[in-house]
Amino acid sequence: MRIVNLTVDIDNPERIPTRFGYGEGLLEAGQKNEEVVALGADITGSVKADLFRDAFPDRFFSLGIAEQNHIGVAAGLALMNKIPFVTNYGVFLAGRGWDEIRTTVCYSNLNVKLGGAHGGISVGPDGATHQALEEISIMRCLPNMTVVVPSDSIETKKATLAAAEMFGPIYIRYGREKVPVITDESTPFKIGEAYCMREGTDVAIIACGAMVYEGLVAAKELEKEGISTMVINNHTIKPIDKATIIEAAKLTGAVVTVEEHQVMGGMGSAVLEVLAQDCPVPVEMIGVMDRFGESGDPETLMKAFGLCSENVAEAVRRVIKRK
Amino acid sequence: MAHQLNENELKQKARHYRRDILKMLYEAGSGHPGGSLSSIDILTVLYSNVLRHNPENPCWEDRDRFILSKGHICPALYTILSDFGYFAREELGQLRQYGSMLQGHPCMHHTPGLEVSSGSLGQGLSIAVGVALAARLNGTDIRTYCLMGDGEVQEGQVWEAAMSAGHYKLDNLCAIVDKNGLQIDGNVEDVMNIDPLTDKFEAFNWNVIEIDGHDVVEIGNAFLQASQFSGKPTMIIADTVKGKGVSFMENAPGWHGVAPNKEQLDAALAELEEEK
Ligand SMILES: Cc1ncc(C[n+]2csc(CCOP(=O)(O)OP(=O)(O)O)c2C)c(N)n1
Ligand SMILES: [Mg+2]
Repeated sequence: MRIVNLTVDIDNPERIPTRFGYGEGLLEAGQKNEEVVALGADITGSVKADLFRDAFPDRFFSLGIAEQNHIGVAAGLALMNKIPFVTNYGVFLAGRGWDEIRTTVCYSNLNVKLGGAHGGISVGPDGATHQALEEISIMRCLPNMTVVVPSDSIETKKATLAAAEMFGPIYIRYGREKVPVITDESTPFKIGEAYCMREGTDVAIIACGAMVYEGLVAAKELEKEGISTMVINNHTIKPIDKATIIEAAKLTGAVVTVEEHQVMGGMGSAVLEVLAQDCPVPVEMIGVMDRFGESGDPETLMKAFGLCSENVAEAVRRVIKRK
Repeated sequence: MAHQLNENELKQKARHYRRDILKMLYEAGSGHPGGSLSSIDILTVLYSNVLRHNPENPCWEDRDRFILSKGHICPALYTILSDFGYFAREELGQLRQYGSMLQGHPCMHHTPGLEVSSGSLGQGLSIAVGVALAARLNGTDIRTYCLMGDGEVQEGQVWEAAMSAGHYKLDNLCAIVDKNGLQIDGNVEDVMNIDPLTDKFEAFNWNVIEIDGHDVVEIGNAFLQASQFSGKPTMIIADTVKGKGVSFMENAPGWHGVAPNKEQLDAALAELEEEK
């Protein structure tokens, strides 16, 4: 298991939206490799594909509001050895173009990159229709697909660059709102390699996206109660890092999974698939419990849906009792 | 409808709704003014003089059906629904708040008077086709209406729906495109050109009527013509101005999805006051 020491003060972190990391990553990928191209879906600014568009107008194709067409066009570009990034709100990107992603992109194993913005209920007041809560499930079940949910803006940039460098379809999930920065430039990032951000012996929190931060806050709180909590940043949902997950479960004997996504089929489910087969231990899952999102400000929603550090800490207390 | 509003009454109503929309968005701190203001005259005429509906019984079986396909402009619809008594006016102040009856995009299970939930563009016309097919099958005279944006018609599904409506000669269906020329990234023409729109729908076997989407008389006449036309569905292509009625919002792409601040709200309300 790779252990990465926290270099930031989690009581007082800097907050940056992960979409900024995606935008910078896409721009830099374009600077590094002229085969990188990007498609526009009429929300170019809000998903931060605008940096690329402004730098490389010839390699940016505005295609309007037409998600299925985007995926097909990207497939054609990939057949011509381009590296197309399709960026859109996650709901519409993964949902509207699913069969095109499945059969045209994944079955053919084409080098298409999917940037899924506005992941999770923290999208806020736009409400259920715009809050992507199912993409991890419906993307990770596709053969040949890689699924990454980076924890902060810096990691999102690294993931976007890594996506351009690897071959094959990949879905990167990122968010709209400002979230704490918990990694730095030197934090090692490799697709498929989870890492431990806090060591512990009583329980392991396995989280992805901005929920890793909630896990770290919970762990600090639990320390006061004498509970030693490990926190794993499981940024790659697929291919999942079995070795790290099994090691974490063996070392602690109890697991809490944490994600801003439906628990059904999401990151937690992927962890359970590993544990149930190789190292069954008691597990509690934090995530959205089979319901749609709602309008509201992001903070209120995270509380209402039980996605805060307090909820994680509660789940830890529950799972420890089951050991 | 029992009482038909005259031209002046319709204009007064629409002005009142415009003010409500801006106040709601200001309170909410987010939302979509541009497309709400471009659609409001059409919706005002539709709900006041065209649609057969009963606010006291939103589930009345024989009501006409209105499908809001471009769900993001629901503040425009909410203000009308509250004015007709579907729910209390105070609810407008709760737009987009947690636990509110008025979701950021339409949710039929939260809001009385909504036929269906929407917000993912390009799906409404298909729904309207289904409703119209069922109405015909049942032998009722229910009419179905559907409002779309001009960026929205870039969705392939819109054309699949258009083809099916033409195929089934759904003359009990009337759709409207709010052709305000703008979407989020800029001019529709630049983002992905949709023209010639009239020719396209005609080629899909629709009766197409082009109107000024802010002229309440033209709007009313178009709805009347649509209801009298037999053998084809009708598409009303409404030439509109995004942000209509507030000078600094008019034709400004930046006002697609941003709420006014207090200063901007006051300036906008002042403009809507003066107009007579
Ligand atoms: C399927 C889908 N893709 C993207 C969006 C995001 N979106 C919301 S409004 C909008 C632009 C709509 O433009 P238009 O239809 O012209 O609406 P209007 O100008 O009337 O506001 C976009 C892209 C969405 N709601 N649904
Ligand atoms: Mg428009």
